[in-house]
Amino acid sequence: MEAKKLNLTLQIWRQKNSKSVGSFVEYKVQVSPDASFLEMLDEINNELEAKDQEAIHFESDCREGICGTCGLVINGRPHGPLQKIATCQLHMRNFKDGETIWVEPFRAKAFPVIKDLMVDRSGFDKILQAGGYVSVNTGGVPDANSIPIAKDQASLAMDAAACIGCGACVAACKNASAVLFVSAKVSQYALLPQGQPERYRRVERMVKVMDELGFGSCTNTYACEAECPKGISVSNIARMNREYVLAKVKSKEIVD
Amino acid sequence: MGWVFKFINSSIGKKFMMALTGSFLLIFLVIHLIGNLTLFFGADAFNAYVLTLDAIKPLIRIIEIVLLAAFVIHILNGTRLWISNKKAKGQRNQINGSPQNSDVFSRTMFLTGSIIFIFLVIHLGTFFWRFNVSDPMGFADEHQYYNMVVYFFNIWWYAVLYVIAMVLLGYHLNHGFQSAFQTFGWNHKKYTPWIKKIGTIYAIIMALGFAAMPLYFLLGGGN
Repeated sequence: MEAKKLNLTLQIWRQKNSKSVGSFVEYKVQVSPDASFLEMLDEINNELEAKDQEAIHFESDCREGICGTCGLVINGRPHGPLQKIATCQLHMRNFKDGETIWVEPFRAKAFPVIKDLMVDRSGFDKILQAGGYVSVNTGGVPDANSIPIAKDQASLAMDAAACIGCGACVAACKNASAVLFVSAKVSQYALLPQGQPERYRRVERMVKVMDELGFGSCTNTYACEAECPKGISVSNIARMNREYVLAKVKSKEIVD
Repeated sequence: MGWVFKFINSSIGKKFMMALTGSFLLIFLVIHLIGNLTLFFGADAFNAYVLTLDAIKPLIRIIEIVLLAAFVIHILNGTRLWISNKKAKGQRNQINGSPQNSDVFSRTMFLTGSIIFIFLVIHLGTFFWRFNVSDPMGFADEHQYYNMVVYFFNIWWYAVLYVIAMVLLGYHLNHGFQSAFQTFGWNHKKYTPWIKKIGTIYAIIMALGFAAMPLYFLLGGGN
């Protein structure tokens, strides 16, 4: 038996392009509680297209919470009211019949709106290009497990590497700070022996690009950790602070 | 030396400076509170305390200069951070979801800090200026420091202003204490929960301790 459909009022941010001024447009929908949030938007778009109107632009790809493409601010919270899920994993059963839901794009100067709910997150790619890699020497394939790494150390690195780069941390932050993302990337390499050759250069360059792109400064509200779909810990931010100060003090290279 | 300035102007450097100056002010508050507790032991105890500070004036002056530097950097840098962070966010969301993902102490640091700054100006004008520069009422000239405190804290609105400022100081310190540790990179599974608890206890002791003084005199203590 199909569950009773929910009647919802959606206030969705519509914005023609990055230059124009956007506003909220109201949509009344009837949706199955089993539908995902993105499926509901798909249904609205089908109706809009049937009426020859322009669809609501939003991003999504894998729809199983691992790619980091989707990202909406739902009732003021990135990825919606539940914890440790991406927008695609949010289902309509978490909303009440008759409820009004506000849907907005991620807000940050460094994430300009491209159209409607789509934002330009290429700043994250630029930060990664600055240092989010390890150098691998050419030559024969090294033996697996030839470098001993303690289990707890490996686990910490894996926890940091769980970041999918969705940008919810920036959206959650009142300062639009990207430090949770950057610190996760710094940590995943800094914690492992393979990341040591570029250890100081990496953190200095990534933070420099982060600052240049206009992301804000962290004020330790920890909203990022609360909204992160992968539960990335703010202890990574502390690690990055430590690495950055150490790099500034110890590194012989002057990164300006 | 250019790298030092580049460091303190980076996003991490700016918060590092907040933590560094903030930590110094945290320590200052403890000493300030302990010294002023002599108010509860009567006029002789407090006046003797002030005269002791007077006797080691050169040392006190050096500390005051460091203290002034810490306050100026903390206030200017904090204001600069607040402005640049506002700019970095740009347009805010229509619905404010922040009460669900962060605590009120961390989100209101600029507001509580600004009010504490206004308090600080009034506070210095009332006591520091009269103790050190000139006292039109002549309390300081006759070493009647205790009577000066009694006089001001018997003005009800003045005492209430102090109490309100001290409550907000507690808010500010509750976040600031643990935040400084995080900024220095000291976040540890075992110790961070303790640091947060100690920070809250510290903030409560400071707020209660300092607020107790105007309240004590307002409610007729010391007469």
